[in-house]
Amino acid sequence: MTAREEILGRIRSALSTVDKAEIVVSRDYQQAIEGDLVGLFAERVADYRAAVVRTTADTVPEAIAEQLAHFGIGSVVTPADLPADWVPQAVTDAPPLDVPALDAADGVVTACAVGIAETGTIVLDAGPGQSRRALTLVPDFHLCVVRTDQIVGTVPEAIARLDGTRPLTWISGPSATSDIELNRVEGVHGPRTLVVLIVG
Amino acid sequence: MTGTWLGMPPFPVAAREALGNEQLRTNLRKATGTIRGKRAAVVDERADWEALRVAGKEIKDRTLHNLDTYLEQLERKVTESGGVVHWARDAAEANRIVIDLVRAAEADEVVKVKSMATQEIELNEALAEAGIAAYETDLAELIVQLGHDRPSHILVPAIHRNRSEIRDIFLREMPGVTAALTDDPAELAAAARAHLRRKFLTAKVAVSGANFAVADSGTLVVVESEGNGRMCLTLPEVLISVVGIEKLVPTWQDLEVMLQLLPRSSTGERMNPYTSTWTGVTPGDGPQEFHLILLDNGRTGALADDIGRQALRCIRCSACLNVCPVYERTGGHAYGSVYPGPIGAILTPQLRGVTADEVSPTLPFASTLCGACYEVCPVLIDIPQALVHLRAKAVDAKRGKPSAERTAMRVAQWVFGSSRRLRLAQRLVSIGGRVLGRRGRIGRLPGPFKGWSGARDTATPPRQTFRTWWESR
Repeated sequence: MTAREEILGRIRSALSTVDKAEIVVSRDYQQAIEGDLVGLFAERVADYRAAVVRTTADTVPEAIAEQLAHFGIGSVVTPADLPADWVPQAVTDAPPLDVPALDAADGVVTACAVGIAETGTIVLDAGPGQSRRALTLVPDFHLCVVRTDQIVGTVPEAIARLDGTRPLTWISGPSATSDIELNRVEGVHGPRTLVVLIVG
Repeated sequence: MTGTWLGMPPFPVAAREALGNEQLRTNLRKATGTIRGKRAAVVDERADWEALRVAGKEIKDRTLHNLDTYLEQLERKVTESGGVVHWARDAAEANRIVIDLVRAAEADEVVKVKSMATQEIELNEALAEAGIAAYETDLAELIVQLGHDRPSHILVPAIHRNRSEIRDIFLREMPGVTAALTDDPAELAAAARAHLRRKFLTAKVAVSGANFAVADSGTLVVVESEGNGRMCLTLPEVLISVVGIEKLVPTWQDLEVMLQLLPRSSTGERMNPYTSTWTGVTPGDGPQEFHLILLDNGRTGALADDIGRQALRCIRCSACLNVCPVYERTGGHAYGSVYPGPIGAILTPQLRGVTADEVSPTLPFASTLCGACYEVCPVLIDIPQALVHLRAKAVDAKRGKPSAERTAMRVAQWVFGSSRRLRLAQRLVSIGGRVLGRRGRIGRLPGPFKGWSGARDTATPPRQTFRTWWESR
């Protein structure tokens, strides 16, 4: 007998006395929240010691340039389909850069798919302006642009907007560890600096 | 499940030794106290916490009651998305599959994301025997690996180490580290970053576990903080994930519950820094070869037990460890298993079998039954109920041998059977107690009473029984 058949057989015999009718999951937890979602998002992202900056649609390139200068970021990589005027001096990820090239870059600028106000989370789904997952991982600095219409209140609202079959990365603040005496330290293996630029 | 940690004594012996370690108790008291406070604060933020717990319980019960159906659905979805699904009856089979896959990729080393399942099957040891080096990349796991140590906590495996002990380990074991390294946590983390960077950028094969697997979409989920998970899940060419068969949730929507319960319960955060999800293989993004190993290793045994089954709801948040008065004083090593604390006390004996070794039957007794673990469990596992149930199983398993409890219960049954015998017995106890007791207390007793009286004093029986007092009114 194959391992598959044997395990499935063990499960069926273990459950022989169990009522197989599907349990209905009660979903009377909070589904959505009202109010100033953008303000809450900004507050909660900042709570993770990420830098949060607000700007308007026509001043995005200036706001990005200001942040790159502030953090001393020289070489920047961007997804090929990021608006070209956002970071004019950037190296685009087309054809895809190899890992040493990503490692040599100072930082990366991307868009995102969804922002979650309550948890201060941004979600990347490899959609427009986001590229593949390695891009936002290897460089030590990540600036992420979030449009206000991408911000939802809660995790259930985000799950409803996202496609589970795309590769997703949920980011809540910069890389961090609490493994040493439970002291939070920013920056272990992922980007140590996260800047969230809210547009709108 | 593989046997107990080699030479591990039963819990009472291991616990007594741990209690004598002042440094360990200080480290643990500080760490568990900190995390209890953080968890309480973020849970209090949620007015709907109880509703989330109920939903979490129902999602996992729905999974377990129809586990065969959901596993087949997951297998279909992962395969359709370009992944390969393997099934492993036990630790040896799972390890063999991993070793064959690493060899097929012509690699002699792997990077690893922290995973309870691979610790449970002792994969690192099996890989080492096969000549394959495994590099743990989670900071705490790295501390444990470099310290030639055992993990002692589900979430923070090196919780028993303080910063100066960690500095000493790095100084001794990490190439390139000099005496200039201080015990500042930021500096220690930076040393680990530099140490592992090259491995991440060059590794060909990664091994992970998963926090959740979604049946209706075929999606795997890893929840982490440091980015080492993202590194392993994204950069290598081949990804191998070893996942317990109970890790499923039926639908994509179910993640909305789990991703709220898990971070708040485990690290006391609204959300952990990084969550990665992937479905099979995505062309041009991440590993182009993905293998999912579905692991039984004793889980179907637990599934067959009506009361014990609820332990399989566990999402490995470790909240129960952090509130347990027994864990706080003994630490995780005393439990002799990768799953310590209250959840380990009910999960380990079920995965191994309650009489499989010397440690397992003692674990259900490693509790005061205070119920704090049930109060914090995000998926409402009634750990005290399961503990009592497994205690009965452990005692039943010893039946046939005349035990002190059994003899005592037989005598008690006979005594309570008649009011005359009870009256006589009470008078004898009253006299006997005064002979044995000193200053109103009975201390250590010989023979079959040694186990009970060795660790506690017993009050001497009163001079007058309730019955004689009642009659004299």
